Amino acid sequence: MLEYARWKYVVALIVLLASALYALPNLYPQDAAVQITANRGFAVDDALDARVEGLLKDAGIAAKSVQKEGDSLLVRLESADQLRAAELLRPALEQGYTVAQNLVSTVPGWLEAFGASPMRLGLDLQGGVHFLLQVDQKAALEKRENSYAEQIRVVLREQKIPSQEVTVRPNDILVRLSRAEDLSKALAVLAVDAPELQLQPLRGSAGPGFTASIAPAALQALLTETINQNVSILRNRINALGVAEPIVTRQGDSRIVVQLPGVQDTALAKRVIGATATLEYREALLTNTDAVEAERTGRVPPEGRIYYMRERNPDGSRIPVVLAKRVIAAGDQLVAATSITDPESGTPGVSVTLNASAGKRMFDFTSQNVGKPMAVVYIERVPEVRIVDGKEVRGTKVTEEVINLASIRGVFSRNFQTTGLESPQEAQQLALLLRSGALAAPMEFAEERIIGPSLGAENIARGLESIAASFVLVLVFFVVYYRMFGVITNLALLLNLLMLVAVMSIVGATLSLPGLAGIALTVGMSVDANVLINERIREELRAGNTPLNAIATGYEKASGTIADANVTALLAGIALFVFGTGPVKGFALSLIIGILTSMYTAVSVSRGVATLIYGRRRKLAGLAI
Amino acid sequence: MFRLIPFDTNYDILRWRLPSLAIAFALMVAAFVLIPMKGFNFALDFTGGTVAELRFEKEPDLEHVRATLEGAGYSNPVVQTFGAATELVVRLQPREAEGGEAALQESAAATGGAIADLLGEPGNAVTVVRSDFVGPQVGQELAENGVLAMFFVIVGFLVYITFRFEWKFAVAAIITTLHDVVLVVGWFSLTQHEFDLIVLAGVLSVMGYSINDTIVVFDRVRENFRGLHHVSANEVLNRSINQTLSRTIITSVVAFLTVLALYLYGGASLEGMAEAQMLGIIIGTLSSIFVACPLLIWLNVTKQDLLPKAKDDSELDRRP
Repeated sequence: MLEYARWKYVVALIVLLASALYALPNLYPQDAAVQITANRGFAVDDALDARVEGLLKDAGIAAKSVQKEGDSLLVRLESADQLRAAELLRPALEQGYTVAQNLVSTVPGWLEAFGASPMRLGLDLQGGVHFLLQVDQKAALEKRENSYAEQIRVVLREQKIPSQEVTVRPNDILVRLSRAEDLSKALAVLAVDAPELQLQPLRGSAGPGFTASIAPAALQALLTETINQNVSILRNRINALGVAEPIVTRQGDSRIVVQLPGVQDTALAKRVIGATATLEYREALLTNTDAVEAERTGRVPPEGRIYYMRERNPDGSRIPVVLAKRVIAAGDQLVAATSITDPESGTPGVSVTLNASAGKRMFDFTSQNVGKPMAVVYIERVPEVRIVDGKEVRGTKVTEEVINLASIRGVFSRNFQTTGLESPQEAQQLALLLRSGALAAPMEFAEERIIGPSLGAENIARGLESIAASFVLVLVFFVVYYRMFGVITNLALLLNLLMLVAVMSIVGATLSLPGLAGIALTVGMSVDANVLINERIREELRAGNTPLNAIATGYEKASGTIADANVTALLAGIALFVFGTGPVKGFALSLIIGILTSMYTAVSVSRGVATLIYGRRRKLAGLAI
Repeated sequence: MFRLIPFDTNYDILRWRLPSLAIAFALMVAAFVLIPMKGFNFALDFTGGTVAELRFEKEPDLEHVRATLEGAGYSNPVVQTFGAATELVVRLQPREAEGGEAALQESAAATGGAIADLLGEPGNAVTVVRSDFVGPQVGQELAENGVLAMFFVIVGFLVYITFRFEWKFAVAAIITTLHDVVLVVGWFSLTQHEFDLIVLAGVLSVMGYSINDTIVVFDRVRENFRGLHHVSANEVLNRSINQTLSRTIITSVVAFLTVLALYLYGGASLEGMAEAQMLGIIIGTLSSIFVACPLLIWLNVTKQDLLPKAKDDSELDRRP
């Protein structure tokens, strides 16, 4: 009458062991560390290891270990030494490596061999890595002034007003016209066309013309917009990296704070946060020997410019190519990008989708130029620190390389593929950067620290203690109230918690306070499920059923109720997970996992235990419930 | 076996359905009027505020710093170590009413100096490394996505409950859940208790408790409608409520006590969440009895609603 298939016991046993195994890493504390990863063209090798150890030794910093782990070199140290070590290593390795502070796990190798890793704790519970980024507002301003100058040129051309020059100066744009009688017309048209500009006619001998500067209100709006755009793009980038519950906020006029919870690949995050890689598609004017000739003689067509290929000649010399100055399409006109491996050549690349206008331009260009070469330029801005006259000068190094030069074989418009990237990692990062959009202004890292938890340690300890205490009270209550079935309920509840921690660890969830709220809810629902079963069994007993029959019917009837209630809550969890961001997502994830584990433990496992205890006793007189 | 509730309880709950629905309705209207009027006391996560970086000569006690700041009228300050143990970063909500961007930046700078004076002690001087205005932690998208998520939660409930029960049950369950969430949110507006991201998580879990409670009662209603014959809808609902009463009370009391422990001993940061959940458990339990079931009567639920209709028709067809 009471039956529970043998295979279900096997499953339950496997679940128990696996849960214990995967929950175990959470008992290991974390190490403060400095993480070093290689930029393109550099490698994490023994030489680097030796160099790092030498640097640390010279500075008198004792590291716990310096070891290659995964793709990066990890220097584990006492947390008091971490900042000093990072500040020592960063300038020394700046040229070829990304150096970032991190918190890393100390889970032993045999556990990691199973793929077991601890749950990440959120910024509120544990803290993490804090980056302060300085936004280069001047660059944003210059970019905007250039576009205003272009707008002025277009307006003057459209109105057939001849001009002598339109020049961008440090604080304004100088416009000099050919004829004095055009001045008032030019001012009137521009006042309508670009109301954000303040126009000031030139006086006296400076000739007919005017200066245009951005009005203070518009300037302020521009600066705010710049930083807000950077914040939202950073949020996209960090979300795309899969970092859960980061903090990205504006600080002051020109700074952005990024905080990432511990146990992440902070070096990768750092590279992606500050990176500005993008693509440009240009017509190739001269290739091969023509281009070499143009480079040698300096006779470059006026509409063209010399670029260099990423690949080099066997002797290491660079291969020039002359490309048109006009851009057919650029990275900021992309609407989608994914990394791919080219099936023909096997090289990594990106598959891109342009927006409508750039797609049309690409279509026009390719349909007129079949058979002619087109080039793909990879542009990367890398921040660098140079020492000039003994002082640190921060700047950016711009590399522009032609990664792909091929004849246009057919007409295409919005969707196409670009190959020729160095590694799948580079393709993935480029796709991520293209997807998340272009930064409105370049940024540089002004500061990097490990930040403590936003909740006090005492606060966290107290919270956990009170949760533990109330949980113990619940367990005691069940034993007193439901006796043997209380014990069964408690086993189910404990296994539920263990499973929950294990699954959260396996899926790499970040646990923060909102997540704890979700767990509290699912524990409540798990309690409810067990109460429903026990009450139902009591009801069946009272209705005159035999004990074994009561258990069977009780579980059966309660299971339906539990399923309906849990599936409904699960739906809510899924909707919140799909549409929520940050903390709401964290809440939803722990709710979803918790409901699934609680349904399994309350309905299936507890039934198995009850069967184990009562199943073989055919002449059962009563139940301890 | 000892029981909290005797087996043969039979309260005529539905006799009170008019007053109970009237109270629920009045409370909901009150909340809807109150929320736009009073708004919320949003916390730092939503509003942004001042972030100050402080350097101490000696390692400060974080709890003491937090308490000193609270004592000086800064509500719920966030105090974190920053790189070294002697360096702290402190985040505060602006105390004065908001002004423009420039005003915020200026007041942020002034706040830095003020708290340095406040926290400095003889022998442990405090220097302000930086004091800036900081933007909110959550962007506009949280609100926008939240509305979207809410919409899909409601659609999901509607579809699933209609599929498993009947549309009248779906409507009643959704109204009951909304009622609970709105009342809890209204409470935070009324008391002007601080509303931060953790309270938001608490409010979301209220939704979970509420729908769970309601579905459990509805499940019994469904079973009884199908199993009992020649019994009025009123009687079916009453019996269902009474049969599940003992489960309802045990579950709610256990859940409430757990959250109460969190409220009492969990510290300031968990207080808001626990408050929302305690309130939610009380309201959710009561509403599953006094709102959800009366709503079913009001929607005129019948035995026929729950009988598989397609099957009935085919059976009728087969009759000669």
